[in-house]
Amino acid sequence: MSLLEVRDLYVTYHTQSGPVPAVRGVDLSLDRGEVLGLAGESGCGKSTIAGALLRLLPSDTVVTGSVRLGEEDVLDMKAGRLRAIRWTEASIVFQGAMHALNPVQRIGDQIAEPIVLHGQADEREAVVRAGALLEQVGLPARRAKDYPHELSGGQRQRVMIAMALACSPSLIIADEPTTALDVMVQAQVLRLLKELQDELGLAMIFITHDLSVLVEVCDRLSIMYAGRIVEEGPSEAVFKTPAHPYTRALGAAFPEIGDTQFRKAPSGLPGDPPYPGDLPSGCTFHPRCPDAFDRCPEIDPSLYDVSPGRRAACLLVEGALARSAEPVRPASGEGEP
Amino acid sequence: MNTRRYFVSKLLQALLTLAFVLAFNFFLFRGIGDPVTQLLRESRGDLSRSAALELERELGLDLPLPQQFVHYVGQTLQGHLGVSTFYATPVRTVIAQRVWATVLLVGLSTIASTILGIWIGIAQGWRRGSRFDQGMLGFTLFTYSMPEFWFGLLMIMAFSVGVGPFPAIFPTGGYSSTFPVYHGFAHVTDVLNHMLLPFFVLTVSYLGEYSLIMRSSLLETLGEDFIVTARAKGLRDTAVRRKHAVPNALLPTMTVTILSFGFVISGAITIETIFNWNGLGLLSFTAIGNRDFPVLQGLFLLFSASVIVANLVADLLYSYLDPRVRAA
Amino acid sequence: MGMKPPPLSTERDEGAAVTLVEHGPPPAEPKEIARIRRREARQRVWRQYRKNKMGMAGLIILVFFVLVAIFAPFVANTCGLDPTCPSTGPQLAGPSLHYPFWFGTDDLGRPVLTLTVHGARISLLVGLVSTIITVVLGTVIGLVAGYYGGWRETILMRITDWFLVIPFLPLAIVLAALLGASLFSIIFVIGVTSWPSTARIIRAQVLSLKTRSYVERARALGASDWHLVTRHILPNVGPLVFANTVLIVAVAILSESTLSFLGLGDPLHTSWGTILDNAFGAGAPFAGDWWWVLPPGLAIVLVVLAFTMVGYALDDILNPKLRAR
Repeated sequence: MSLLEVRDLYVTYHTQSGPVPAVRGVDLSLDRGEVLGLAGESGCGKSTIAGALLRLLPSDTVVTGSVRLGEEDVLDMKAGRLRAIRWTEASIVFQGAMHALNPVQRIGDQIAEPIVLHGQADEREAVVRAGALLEQVGLPARRAKDYPHELSGGQRQRVMIAMALACSPSLIIADEPTTALDVMVQAQVLRLLKELQDELGLAMIFITHDLSVLVEVCDRLSIMYAGRIVEEGPSEAVFKTPAHPYTRALGAAFPEIGDTQFRKAPSGLPGDPPYPGDLPSGCTFHPRCPDAFDRCPEIDPSLYDVSPGRRAACLLVEGALARSAEPVRPASGEGEP
Repeated sequence: MNTRRYFVSKLLQALLTLAFVLAFNFFLFRGIGDPVTQLLRESRGDLSRSAALELERELGLDLPLPQQFVHYVGQTLQGHLGVSTFYATPVRTVIAQRVWATVLLVGLSTIASTILGIWIGIAQGWRRGSRFDQGMLGFTLFTYSMPEFWFGLLMIMAFSVGVGPFPAIFPTGGYSSTFPVYHGFAHVTDVLNHMLLPFFVLTVSYLGEYSLIMRSSLLETLGEDFIVTARAKGLRDTAVRRKHAVPNALLPTMTVTILSFGFVISGAITIETIFNWNGLGLLSFTAIGNRDFPVLQGLFLLFSASVIVANLVADLLYSYLDPRVRAA
Repeated sequence: MGMKPPPLSTERDEGAAVTLVEHGPPPAEPKEIARIRRREARQRVWRQYRKNKMGMAGLIILVFFVLVAIFAPFVANTCGLDPTCPSTGPQLAGPSLHYPFWFGTDDLGRPVLTLTVHGARISLLVGLVSTIITVVLGTVIGLVAGYYGGWRETILMRITDWFLVIPFLPLAIVLAALLGASLFSIIFVIGVTSWPSTARIIRAQVLSLKTRSYVERARALGASDWHLVTRHILPNVGPLVFANTVLIVAVAILSESTLSFLGLGDPLHTSWGTILDNAFGAGAPFAGDWWWVLPPGLAIVLVVLAFTMVGYALDDILNPKLRAR
């Protein structure tokens, strides 16, 4: 049985200008020890998924669907059970670790906190473990008494990783762990994550907008656009022979790590990602798609099989048009039961 | 060590500000007119010209202005603040006799309003938008708009005089009972009895502001990323608030609170006046009426110096509590 | 982090405010365009303001008091201020249903209603005029310090900090004692002691505006300092100054009432503070003459409350930091 099974996930934020659907029907699955990459531009909903998995979104956000972690559905859990599995079954490595760490608490204490909280050790033992975790991520144990502002960006990111490992979870969600870092440091952190994942047999969801990074680390890739998954499959196959025009654009933008020019947006794609509250009709990608044709604004494609284990949501996939005789799906989908 | 350097630099800045205040004080009161001219004016011819010149020389007023300033600074640093024209005693003594009353009243009410204000502000921030929060916001708005002396007058009418349905349970003013005179423990309770109403007025007048400051600080902190991290670790909401949100939110709150010390002084002046509480506030008021400029000058210096000290304390406290500042 | 709702739109450059609305043939002159944009911005602000319940309540109260102040002689006969006037009533009488004795009389037989109505004029006048002084002084200092930076900024900010250290009331008392008790001196004293906070706020805003792209662009095109300040910085500092001003009026009115209560007000002009001073001096609170004490104080509370509510509403709408929410 898979470790994580997400079905039909819908996440709608409530804003001053009305409901905004950030995630519109996403399916994910992950086995033990598997690494899944989740890629897309800013605002496509990938970070929202990270928050949704452990129910960390603002309380007025509507989350529907099912998030099965092990045997239980996270979305159905009572508060006490939810708090118990947080960090022990799944933990998160946040991006921009400057503000994700408590500025007035020593990092050793921050790492030790969940260990003590979940009863895995007493305070003294937890401090020792924190030191060991720091060593594991390549920092000297004596840095445990430092405050976050005394560390560099890369070091803080390592602290975040050490902290995420504290309760020995089976799943780690890495939300843009390398985005705010310099190129050289990025490579180091990536290497560290890969090593740890190998060593500890962790399952990982790696969220980023940098496709080239994912190919190195991930077994499978899911590409997101406007709240939906538009392509998924084994990472090398998706990267080398993309089936969706968006993936193609993303991939072309990141020939390898270190090419700072193409960091933020796929090259050659006009316009900006659509605002989730105001999506185009039919295929949400069609206004920016170089391969769009006349049926694209009319039909909202679902994920069609390209080959075993590979799917893409594009009408250009063989046989897609034939299977898409269904009526156009509404652009803002509230959760289906 | 960084802390020592920080402390020294803040101390120097405080001394510089104090120097400015000294200069400002000196020139301000010289602008009102030197004591001899004032005496001449008020004596209406009783003071002869030669006696006036003699007095001038005595007081050093015939010297050039810069020299007078140096003399003034020298005297002040030695603690000689001049002689009161009304009480004919050294200003230092006049002030010393009344300091304790003010420290007692203002000190206790400031502590009370700060602690209460912070406590309420935290509760508000955590339950934003609730009826408690909104009610408290309305209360704060009202007390902020109301002159504290008017509130004091209302309280006197209600609880000292007993207008309408209100009971007259408190004395109408003064520091302690003049008849009968109490001693020992009875004296303490007597003073507290007299202090309760002005203490209440001062506390209520200012706690609204403090709660507002704490509330916004907490709300701002709750929007930070490390709060999500804390929740993700599995902490209960109360633990997130207690261990992560409040310690961070408390920092700017404390400094702003200490910095508003200047307003507390202003409040003390009017409240002491209406309650006839024999402290420095009442002294300020009577000194205006008596045109007792040496006393006013001394008080002015004392008040400004207190604010400077309060600011220094705020800076040092902040640096002690916020590790980021210490390293800067 | 991405766990928050997406921003409404990417940050909008204030210099290039809204899209043009069709107004007949498109105006070519940049001044025209700027003027239209500002008018639309004002309409937008008003529309948003109308939705703010607190702001509207405050505005209604303010309008009421301003009208009362302007039409004071018609609302309550001026004659009532003079104790020898035949329309005065018995001394220290409680409230009655006979106009103008709704609020009773003072120790000279003057109706408290009349006193309060006329008091509005002075209290509001002093509040407004002293605020103008404060805001002009504070804005100029804040502008110069923020815009030019360097030694000018250092000196001005040092002076500002020093002024903030000096507690308001003692300074005001001393200055009032120096200048004597008159309307002018009160206005001067309040105006001259309240500018530091305005200066600080303005300077912070100017600093953030200085680095905006359109200012740098204009400078690259060769705009003079004067042009930059008057055409680019001032209009964008303006809304903040306006919101801040309203809040300062509230404080000024409170300050005036305190100074007048302590006997430093103009004895020839009735303000709410002087009414309370007279009441206290006549021993009204201790005699239980509550009708003399309650109305003037309540008037102060309502007016200050109104200004504060309007100020907060405006701040909510106009403050760029809060708008990002």
